[in-house]
Amino acid sequence: MLYALVVFLPLAGALGAGLFGRWLGDRAAMLLTATLVSTAAVLSMVVFTLVGIGGETVTVPLFTWIQADGFIAEWSLRVDQLTAVMLVVVTVVSSVVHWYSIGYMHGDKGIPRFFAYLSLFTFAMLALVTSDNFLQMFFGWEGVGVCSYLLIGFWHDRPSANAAAIKAFIVNRVGDFGFALGIVGVFFVFESISFGTVFDDAPSMVGTSLEFLGGHFDTLTVLTVLLFIGAMGKSAQIGLHTWLPDAMEGPTPVSALIHAATMVTAGVFMVARLSPLFEYSDFTLGLVTLVGAATALMAATIGLVQNDIKRVVAYSTCSQLGYMFFACGVSAYSAGIFHLFTHAFFKALLFLGAGSVIHALSGEQDLRRMGGLRKTIPITYVMMWIGSLALAGMPVFAGFFSKDAILESAWAAHTVTGNIAFVAGLVAAVLTAFYSWRLLFLAFHGKPRASHDVMHHAHESPPIMTVPLAVLAFGAIFAGIFGEVVFREEGGEFWGESILVLASHLHHGEMPVWVLVLPTAAGLVGIATAWWFYIYNPALPARLAANLPGLYRFFLNKWYFDELYDAVLVRPARTIGWVLWRVGDGQIIDRLGPNGVAARVVDLARRATRLQTGYVYHYAFVMLIGLVAIATWFLWAVGLQP
Amino acid sequence: MNTFPDLAPAVPEIFLAVSAMGLLLLSVSGGDRRMPLVCWLAVLALTVTGVLVVTSPSDNAITFSGMFVADGFSVFIDVLILIGGALTLVMSPQYLKRENAPRGEFPVLIVLATLGMLMMVAAGDFLSLYVGLELQSLALYVLAAFRRDSIRSTEAGLKYFVLGALASGILLYGSTLVYGFTGSTNFTAIANSIAANEAGPPLGVIFGMAFIAAGLAFKVAAVPFHMWTPDVYEGSPTAVTAFFSVAPKIAAVALLTRVMMAPFAGLAGDWSQIMMVLAVASMVLGAFAAIGQRNIKRLMAYSSIANVGYVLMGIAAGTVSGVRGVLVYLAIYLAMSIGAWAVILTMRRGAGLVKDIGDLSGLARRQPLMAAAMAIFLFSLAGIPPLAGFFGKFYVFLAAIDAGMYTVAIIGVLATVVGTYYYLRVVKIMYFDEPAAAFETPPRAASAVAFVTALFTLLFFAFPAPIVAMAQTAAMALFP
Repeated sequence: MLYALVVFLPLAGALGAGLFGRWLGDRAAMLLTATLVSTAAVLSMVVFTLVGIGGETVTVPLFTWIQADGFIAEWSLRVDQLTAVMLVVVTVVSSVVHWYSIGYMHGDKGIPRFFAYLSLFTFAMLALVTSDNFLQMFFGWEGVGVCSYLLIGFWHDRPSANAAAIKAFIVNRVGDFGFALGIVGVFFVFESISFGTVFDDAPSMVGTSLEFLGGHFDTLTVLTVLLFIGAMGKSAQIGLHTWLPDAMEGPTPVSALIHAATMVTAGVFMVARLSPLFEYSDFTLGLVTLVGAATALMAATIGLVQNDIKRVVAYSTCSQLGYMFFACGVSAYSAGIFHLFTHAFFKALLFLGAGSVIHALSGEQDLRRMGGLRKTIPITYVMMWIGSLALAGMPVFAGFFSKDAILESAWAAHTVTGNIAFVAGLVAAVLTAFYSWRLLFLAFHGKPRASHDVMHHAHESPPIMTVPLAVLAFGAIFAGIFGEVVFREEGGEFWGESILVLASHLHHGEMPVWVLVLPTAAGLVGIATAWWFYIYNPALPARLAANLPGLYRFFLNKWYFDELYDAVLVRPARTIGWVLWRVGDGQIIDRLGPNGVAARVVDLARRATRLQTGYVYHYAFVMLIGLVAIATWFLWAVGLQP
Repeated sequence: MNTFPDLAPAVPEIFLAVSAMGLLLLSVSGGDRRMPLVCWLAVLALTVTGVLVVTSPSDNAITFSGMFVADGFSVFIDVLILIGGALTLVMSPQYLKRENAPRGEFPVLIVLATLGMLMMVAAGDFLSLYVGLELQSLALYVLAAFRRDSIRSTEAGLKYFVLGALASGILLYGSTLVYGFTGSTNFTAIANSIAANEAGPPLGVIFGMAFIAAGLAFKVAAVPFHMWTPDVYEGSPTAVTAFFSVAPKIAAVALLTRVMMAPFAGLAGDWSQIMMVLAVASMVLGAFAAIGQRNIKRLMAYSSIANVGYVLMGIAAGTVSGVRGVLVYLAIYLAMSIGAWAVILTMRRGAGLVKDIGDLSGLARRQPLMAAAMAIFLFSLAGIPPLAGFFGKFYVFLAAIDAGMYTVAIIGVLATVVGTYYYLRVVKIMYFDEPAAAFETPPRAASAVAFVTALFTLLFFAFPAPIVAMAQTAAMALFP
């Protein structure tokens, strides 16, 4: 009951606000959804205490969803330590975002709709993390995708928002197709989609191979790679990341909830949840590590030069997701989830802080037109500092513990991919610190570059927005210490059986001191460079950009991913579509089909009408012809008998 | 041997014949002023005849040496014919007055034609068949040319007469062939003779049957014996056309059914081929040719040809369920068709009744009730559920499928699709085009007929059982 309540309270809120929003009014819709989600948050903390601290894992069967011959899909809630952590993250961030949105969305025309979507998203995400089989997970997976689409395109009168929403949806199709294939493959191999059965049988599948198009492929490698493609799409990993920055077209609270704290981390959760499969494929683990490392580095370099405040944070998210993945790739799933946990707080904080800045500046998002806001919006300023410190991994703050855990695991793996990830992670840490402080300096320090009019109206956000920021700031400071105590105590026994790590992938041993210190040092270097670039010598960035035009443009244009996709995929697809439309549909189907048939009918009608000449002898002639035809038919059919 | 024939089974026909003569005397003595009175009296006569038909013994009563048969089949058809005639007469007085042709012989001719139809439906012999057929035909020729001052009307009458005479000749020639090869003109005797011939029927009988079928196909206006229909429908006075499209058609279909089922039962394999060919040709030509029409009367003419195609499909099945389908179809067709004509009869401007389909544009805004009634009839004719027309088609198609006539049924369905186009085009013109000039106030009688038939068409789906059951009983009478 308790578990079901956590999952279904947000759904109740979504239905209430969505179906009866017009009748309830804006205020009631906001309060209803926010209250229900907050209740779910409180309950999920109880669940965390029961399951996480108490170690009591449960599976709550609700009903049988689909039963067809051998295919059975139950609907049950699987609540173990992994789920408990995710429940806390999702419901807490979601409730904070709900309350914050009450202030942020003030005066919008579609408030009930917005809150219905938010709550529906929360439900879908909870369904995802409590899933007990692949199909249930896919339901939540697609549910969050739909809500993400709806929320990115929430301001549907903006063409750019619609384009971004469609882009997010289509790019995710690629990943989801992989996921769906993976699920089908799992059923094909294991004849079950229940996590329990599949995980139990996984060891027996080691070494078997699937035959496909004449080639033999390792069964578990094929399955896990397909599933990982799904995770890449949802978590915006390199290649399928292009939708995430564009998704910033949605309202900022949406970015904080969906594109920082929860939905984009679903891929990480999925890999951790499916660790009993991933563990048996070294190839996939290596792939996960490399993809994660590459994303961490790539997104960080792009973040260096972006001018839109939300896009900087978005690329930062992309980069941090890369960290989580390469943690999973070196079998440090717990470190990855730990980072997911801390990241949820400080990244939501950064997004909502950015939202507060945008709110203060009447919708301005360009860093080049900010500056000097330190005095005007002091609370937001402090919050952004806390978020940035946590992101850069400064000691005591949340990111310090989780990022250190990841980098240490990468180093300790002593594999080629692990080492690559370690180096990439360190470099990305420098870049992360740099762009975070670049953002801080450009937005809050120096002289105001916004117009006088805008600065005159600039004001601190109301308490309904700053209090949620404070809650998240609390998380951004203490989540790391909390996690260090709870998650990593006694070598990770907290996770129990929810995460499987093979003994061969466990690494013990002493860490050299430099491995422990280096991440922090990297962060400090980044901060110092940012100070050098933007406070001490503000002319330097422009000179550097002028001296390295190629590299600058490469980063500014986001590694030309969008242009590449446009040239390789979008334009050919459009050309094919145009050809199929004009030639295939218009020339062939329409001409021979509907239009052709219609034209023939008219033709026949004209001929039939022309038969009617009006002359009696014609008519009589036709009658006689008909008679003769009938008579001839019988002569021929019956034959000339006497 | 020559005992006086039993008159009891023929009482309705005798009553109607006497009434017709009485009405003739009345109208001759009273002049045209008496026309409305004669009309209403004729309606009364038809009604009384209907009551007599229903109450008289109809248990396969044979009289006049087997020339006259009154059975369940003839009762069902008689009632339909009488309803068709009566409804036409109800609409006539106002129509004739507005057309400035208030002549008293009109109702008399209608009654005589109806009498001829009852005779031919009750025929048990080719001689009585021919007498009944000619009685109705001669009356109809005169009715078609009723507007003596109109060139179109006289042309219609003449065309109908010439071609009708040709058809009668073909029919008679067929009868003589059959007589020559079987030695009888009596239906039962012919059937026995064919059944007795173990080597199969002689070609002469088959030829005779084919000629008879062709002659009757002219009466039902089946392709390729349909050519007269559009011209005669267009040229005749509209009230006469309304009558043409129901009563004689129903009678001819009934006659065709009886002739095929009774004397030629043994040749079922042969005539069902003819019927299939005629059915397919009628359905297809009716559907396609109607598309090109701009005149509403010609459109309805082709519509009636298409409808005959569906009926012939039921006959071709040659089974009880086929005949039942035919009878249900006729009953529903009577309502739809007379209703549609009633609506057309109400559409009058200063220059006369509407001719062009385009003249109906915007009718929905001028006269929403009339437009709604017309839309119901057109949708029903197109066979759109839940209107009555759908059920008519449904039973016929059901019988065709049961009889394994898949090709014919599929062609029929496709023809329905084409047909839907021209029915809906009229609906579109009525509802979505800019309104044309206003119409005169619709006459009350025609409006009432349109209203009642529309109601029947609309609500048939709720109470189909009585009519279907009666049709079943009537069909059983043909299959002893």
